[in-house]
Amino acid sequence: MDSEQTTDRIAALEAELAAARQVQAAHPWQRVQLARHPKRPHSLDYIQRTISGFQELHGDRGIADDPAIVAGMGFFEGNPIVVVGQQKGRDTKQKLFRNFGMPKPEGYRKALRIMLMAEKFGRPVLTLLDTPGAYPGIDAEERGQAEAIAVNLREMSRLKTPMVVVCIGEGGSGGALALGVGDRVFMMENAVYSVISPESCAAIIWRDSSKGELAASALKLTAQDLLRLGLIDGIIPEPGEGAHTDVDQAAENLKRTLRAALAELMALSVEALVEARYQKFRKMGNFFTEVAG
Amino acid sequence: MAWFTRQKPAREQGSAGEQHQVRTEGLWLKCDGCRQVIWRKALIESLQVCPKCDYHFRIDAVNRLKLLFDGPWETFDAGLYSTNPLGFVDSKPYSERLAGMRKATGLSDAVISAGGTLAGRPVYICVLELKFIGGSVGAVVGEVVTRAIERAVAQRRPMIIASASGGMRMQEGAVSLMQMAKISAALMRLDEARLPYISLLTDPTTGGTTGSFAMLGDLNIGEPGAQIGFAGPRVIEQTIRQKLPEGFQRAEFLLTHGFLDAIVRRPEMKSYIAAALDFFCGPLQ
Ligand SMILES: [Zn+2]
Repeated sequence: MDSEQTTDRIAALEAELAAARQVQAAHPWQRVQLARHPKRPHSLDYIQRTISGFQELHGDRGIADDPAIVAGMGFFEGNPIVVVGQQKGRDTKQKLFRNFGMPKPEGYRKALRIMLMAEKFGRPVLTLLDTPGAYPGIDAEERGQAEAIAVNLREMSRLKTPMVVVCIGEGGSGGALALGVGDRVFMMENAVYSVISPESCAAIIWRDSSKGELAASALKLTAQDLLRLGLIDGIIPEPGEGAHTDVDQAAENLKRTLRAALAELMALSVEALVEARYQKFRKMGNFFTEVAG
Repeated sequence: MAWFTRQKPAREQGSAGEQHQVRTEGLWLKCDGCRQVIWRKALIESLQVCPKCDYHFRIDAVNRLKLLFDGPWETFDAGLYSTNPLGFVDSKPYSERLAGMRKATGLSDAVISAGGTLAGRPVYICVLELKFIGGSVGAVVGEVVTRAIERAVAQRRPMIIASASGGMRMQEGAVSLMQMAKISAALMRLDEARLPYISLLTDPTTGGTTGSFAMLGDLNIGEPGAQIGFAGPRVIEQTIRQKLPEGFQRAEFLLTHGFLDAIVRRPEMKSYIAAALDFFCGPLQ
């Protein structure tokens, strides 16, 4: 309990710090642009700087290997860890190869397969969220996009191993959340996390997808918003004008948070861990009043 | 079927029984399925299933409960009201939208949580109300459904959720998104307790609703013709720039591709579920 309070305290201080550094707080739309910045570090950029001896593991053992999700094992500061992340591409060829970071069902099933392996061998899991959303395609629907996401949500809630989630860029709705159930959930300072993209939201409300700027404000999708809403545990500061201006430093900041989180989580029994994870999500979104009768 | 006569006395009962769905504009209507003219009263007798082509008209949450419970039911958590966590404003403030919906439906939000007996067996049933902001799931629906599942675990009763929902509620942003995880985690506990969960997917069940609790049943049962999917058809068309095949995302499509255990016609739904619960829990003593 003490360590949990410490984390909360640290999270609160980090948030204050981040807020203080952003005196002229960036508009949510600017955050969206930063989260999607062409030079924004992606999962593999962080993995390269954070995990030594990373071995990527491929395939869901059923249909295919989905390059929109990378998964594998390696070492974080000498200790074994499993990493699963949504992966975008940088140039056109890579973007197409990674399907713009939009996973298919086989990607989510690969992720679950590797996470279950982590559980089996008692290794912690780090997941990195960075996707515009689950791939909206005929093949994805045929192969059960909804079922794949749903199963991950249920199974991640009972995985008997420590799980740390970091939203590093775009947390695109259920497609992001499908890797987003964990004991600690963090967001990079300029990451966004939303139930719907600002453009789609604008198309619904104003029938005009160019009004994304308005929707970005309305959706309360910044790291600061999610912290305030009690949906994440903390914000990882980004250097300079954003993570892309100093990727090494951004990775250092992520490492510091991961180190502290794992130190706390590894000290807990798996029973305590899973119970606390349940309670964590159980309490999310207590935004209602209750009238008797 | 004997089942019909058993249902009839229940018509005027139930906690919200006065919200019977009969619309009074004319005695006849055109079927959305076969375009033939049908007698409205015949449609009520047939549980809103076209006698000519078997098209399943949508029914509201109260009528869904009437269809499944033996008689009156008890409702739970009907007094939860969203506090508009984002202060969301679109064409009108979300709080006004909610107030209008409450007035129109008589519900506090898009779900009815109920307990009663189904063919003699005590069960809990949650039904999403499509008429309430498209059956969308926000903080209130998330909490009400989670409490229902936890109640099922505590009382060791089967859980049934009938979905009719466009997904998570945009106006509650990431708060609604996290309800997918919250409800799925509660279903994990139901699963650990080895209690049956029957998910009933009715027209339409899409987005995060399908991407969480609706796909997690021990049995996933679809109604004929129901639209069921994750991504919206228009989004898919815009992304892949081609027309969608005939019958795409219909219950029959999902059955073919392996994501429904069965498609069950509305008149047989109750006896189907009763038989399944007999199988899972053993026959009633
Ligand atoms: Zn018809």
